Amino acid sequence: MTPLLQVKGVTKRYGARLGCGDVSFDLWPGEVMGIVGESGSGKSTLLSCLAGHLSPDAGEVIFDTRAEGPRDVLTMSEPARRMLGRTDWAFVHQNPRDGLRMGVSAGANVGERLMAVGARHYGQIREQAVDWLGRVEIAADRVDDRPRAFSGGMQQRLQIARNLVTGPRLVFMDEPTGGLDVSVQARLLDLLRGLVREMGLSAIIVTHDLAVVRLLADRLMVMKGGHVVETGLTDQVLDDPQHGYTQLLVSSVLQV
Amino acid sequence: MTETAYNFAYLDEQTKRMIRRAILKGVAIPGYQVPFASREMPMPYGWGTGGVQVTAACLTPADTLKVIDQGADDTTNAVSIRKFFQRTAQVAVTEHTEEASLIQTRHRIPETPLAEGQILVYQVPIPEPLRFLEPRETETRKMHALEEYGLMHVKLYEDIAHNGEISTAYAYPVQVEGRYVMDPSPIPKFDNPRLESAAVQLFGAGREQRIYAIPPYTQVVSLDFEDYPFEASKADHPCDLCGCATSYLDEVIVDDAGGRMFVCSDTDFCSTRRAEGHRGRLSGEDLAEELA
Repeated sequence: MTPLLQVKGVTKRYGARLGCGDVSFDLWPGEVMGIVGESGSGKSTLLSCLAGHLSPDAGEVIFDTRAEGPRDVLTMSEPARRMLGRTDWAFVHQNPRDGLRMGVSAGANVGERLMAVGARHYGQIREQAVDWLGRVEIAADRVDDRPRAFSGGMQQRLQIARNLVTGPRLVFMDEPTGGLDVSVQARLLDLLRGLVREMGLSAIIVTHDLAVVRLLADRLMVMKGGHVVETGLTDQVLDDPQHGYTQLLVSSVLQV
Repeated sequence: MTETAYNFAYLDEQTKRMIRRAILKGVAIPGYQVPFASREMPMPYGWGTGGVQVTAACLTPADTLKVIDQGADDTTNAVSIRKFFQRTAQVAVTEHTEEASLIQTRHRIPETPLAEGQILVYQVPIPEPLRFLEPRETETRKMHALEEYGLMHVKLYEDIAHNGEISTAYAYPVQVEGRYVMDPSPIPKFDNPRLESAAVQLFGAGREQRIYAIPPYTQVVSLDFEDYPFEASKADHPCDLCGCATSYLDEVIVDDAGGRMFVCSDTDFCSTRRAEGHRGRLSGEDLAEELA
């Protein structure tokens, strides 16, 4: 079996400052990888590099494409990379406003990715949009409402529906539960866990919330100052942290 | 300053060269928006400064010019632009579509089919069809370059979702020669099928500084859905003056009791038909009685 994503020595500098340094890992099909660390530790930079939003200064990001097998996405042509971005990849932003088109209805938001890959039958597009809204627990009668009229949690669920409608194999999530209150967070996590398992998705989740990775991630990478300081199975890292920073992180979680 | 102090057709020769280069590039890449250094014209933006510059660059002393606004030869915009070129270029002008070698238009394509050798110049307010969906110009240019036109259908989807049909009635997006998606300027979608024409069609947007073109006999397809096909719609009436049942109509309110009449928006087409003896419901003496 080939890994879905192979990351080799990805480095990104902002001038003299280090964004992330020499990060390498393999992501296997169906696996969920969590990246945790404090603010400024380089986890979002790393995610942007992997998703092609930033170009790293060094390293390779090799994705196992459906058509041509493993290919370095950084050396791919821009049209091919953008095509990947709306078919096999999905990116869930922390703020749903960044990932949604706020001026058009929920149905059009979900349908946009379908139309972008060539769907030209209104009835079928709408059917799929309604189906996906149902899967993220948005009532079918809200399909023609604009995201503006939705609550924060609904917007985030709509963003997830919009991203998953084309059946991607790899989902990048940047703080998917940030900015939501805890009860909405819990429902969203429950939903995400169900979808990830059901669709057999691979995912990379960046978060500073250890509860999120405990629930969702199979494997965990801890970053500090741009470097990976510890990596391992989620439960192993969280229950028996080895690195001093990880120990601090785990002991900092507030208990109710 | 006397009128002879102007260069032929107002613009200086270097400017006209620059505009002609943009036009040639536009003709070579049908539907592609070519940036050009739009000049300030002696009329406000929105009055057709882009079309006027394209017309000025194309005019020769032997040309016969026709200017229409919403199909009519006698509206303010048409009259002022026609007068402008009469004064600055001393070209012959006409109201008859067949006699004109160059037609500048706003919002209509003449009903009479255009012939080879004619040039149709459109005034364009907003050349970017994706503008209201994606406000970033950098992004829309990238989408044109990479042929990512799914977003255009999002607009049509919204139309159907909210109105049950594609309610876009003017500036209906088209794909030119299977490549560039183009805004045909605010012509009614009734005119879209006639974008496939024997004439050269040039589009000038003065404020937005873009020129684009459709060469003769170029394939122009109106975008649609498989289950909601494109339909060139018009008011379901015959013309009340000339009786034509196939031309695009304007609705005119004639009193404050709900009275209305439908007339051809193309005034030259309508008057030519009336001169040939065609009559509509309210033409001639009937009309005088109706209004009395």
